Amino acid sequence: MKDIIGRIQSKLGDRGKDIKEQTNNRVYVSVDRKNIKECAKILFEDMDARYIVASGMENFDSFEILYHFGFDKESAIVSLRVYLDKDNPEIDTLTDIIPGISYIEREMWELLGINFKGHPNMKHFLLGDDWEKGNYPLRKDKYEK
Amino acid sequence: MKNNKKTVIVPIGPYHPLLEEPEFFALYCDGEKIVDVEWQAGYNHRGIEKLSESKHWDQVTFLVERICGICSTSHPFAYCNTIENLIGMTIPERAKYIRSIIGELERIHSHLLWMGLAGHFLGYNTVFMWAWKYREPVLDLFEIISGNRNHYAMFKIGGVRRNIENEDIPKIRKMLAEIKGQLEMLIGAVLDDPVLTARLKNVGVLTKQDIKNFGSVGPVARASGVDVDVRRDEPYAAYPLVEWSVITAKNGDVLDKAVVRLSECLEAVKIITQCLDAIEGKAGEIGEEVRRVPEGEGIGRHEAPRGECFHYIRSDGANSPVRHKIRAPSYTNVPTFKASCIGQTISDVAIILAGVDPCYCCTERVAVYDAGKKKKLYDFQHLVELSKQKTERIRKEI
Repeated sequence: MKDIIGRIQSKLGDRGKDIKEQTNNRVYVSVDRKNIKECAKILFEDMDARYIVASGMENFDSFEILYHFGFDKESAIVSLRVYLDKDNPEIDTLTDIIPGISYIEREMWELLGINFKGHPNMKHFLLGDDWEKGNYPLRKDKYEK
Repeated sequence: MKNNKKTVIVPIGPYHPLLEEPEFFALYCDGEKIVDVEWQAGYNHRGIEKLSESKHWDQVTFLVERICGICSTSHPFAYCNTIENLIGMTIPERAKYIRSIIGELERIHSHLLWMGLAGHFLGYNTVFMWAWKYREPVLDLFEIISGNRNHYAMFKIGGVRRNIENEDIPKIRKMLAEIKGQLEMLIGAVLDDPVLTARLKNVGVLTKQDIKNFGSVGPVARASGVDVDVRRDEPYAAYPLVEWSVITAKNGDVLDKAVVRLSECLEAVKIITQCLDAIEGKAGEIGEEVRRVPEGEGIGRHEAPRGECFHYIRSDGANSPVRHKIRAPSYTNVPTFKASCIGQTISDVAIILAGVDPCYCCTERVAVYDAGKKKKLYDFQHLVELSKQKTERIRKEI
């Protein structure tokens, strides 16, 4: 596991912060949202990682996306962690690097209201086309209503 | 895809003939050839990720079991792995073996179900009848072990809920030996058939690059020569304790997907037999008690019959998850239609769609519409008919 942390550290340089193995075989790396495209590209293309999925969530003062990549030979999963503004959650799309990520980006957009800049086909995927605008069902404030 | 005058849209769904859940595909066709595919999901979205945030840790096991009716153990398996990863615990040895037995029995019945459906859509109803007949004793085995033919409710955080009694093992072994014989016969009959080979060879080919681009997993990836299997890549349960091998093929067409799935059934029998050997005549704990899930994050996976099942959980130390992300294998396998369907003919679509074994439902409504005139050209019966005619044609040619 130290080997993979070292490799990621050297490839990402300053762009990857707080690289650590939090639980057994699970490595988390904090990345600035401006660098996400380069970092994802390094992991997916240069290091030949397998794209698994991304997961978005809402925190008290931010939005957070984890991009999960599988390193199967090392039995590890490396997750790139990105924090977004609470008021204006926006990040670059990764569809030009990983074609398969398109659907999960659409899902995060409609369920959490995160904008993906440059997504070629940003339409409703799980919700109907007539879904109320600005109503994001996976946001936490839904509990209070 | 822009609608030019020549393109005809073939809508498949929202109720799809082969599969268990409603889903919608729009096939853009130029004559018989498919030029683009679009996918729309969510007709049966149950909001399980959200629901999970309001359930107790122990209840979530049963909640995620309801995600899929066919591979109902794969989600509890992945969920328990996730929590155990978060806590950093190991489970008793007997529980490990029992978990693997359940997981592998499920693989056999799921693959047989797929083989039956694939046969049916090619006009081979004999294969359908055989495969489903031989699947039945597997479900009976589940009933002996867990009391249920489906939704076994065997898993809990820290182990399993029910033991496999030592007295039952000879009976299970006997049934398993019968199943193995039937499987070998079925596999021989299916793979030696010249018509099936001609019908499935080079249909819906996925290259290694396609697999990487879409992040596909399981038999779909392994049929294209991409050697991924969570059971070996990140050993869990009893998989590192028994002898078995990962099955891969080269071509990535529907035939190779069938070969991989059928061969995996025999590997599964091998794993179950070794697990039974290991627990027979011994006593042992089947679960550790977990009183509290601490604050933190965990990721767990399980190799379900359709591929890697992925769960991410964040806990704040309270009674239920703060966030529970679930990714079923079909989520990355289904989009490969974009690569495998384009350039193929309408008569092959039924089997290519079935080829990745996507997880959704049996009620059907497929119709071919002329985009300009909105006139119905084909319904699903016609598509199946076309598929059957093509099989018949090949049968005569051989």
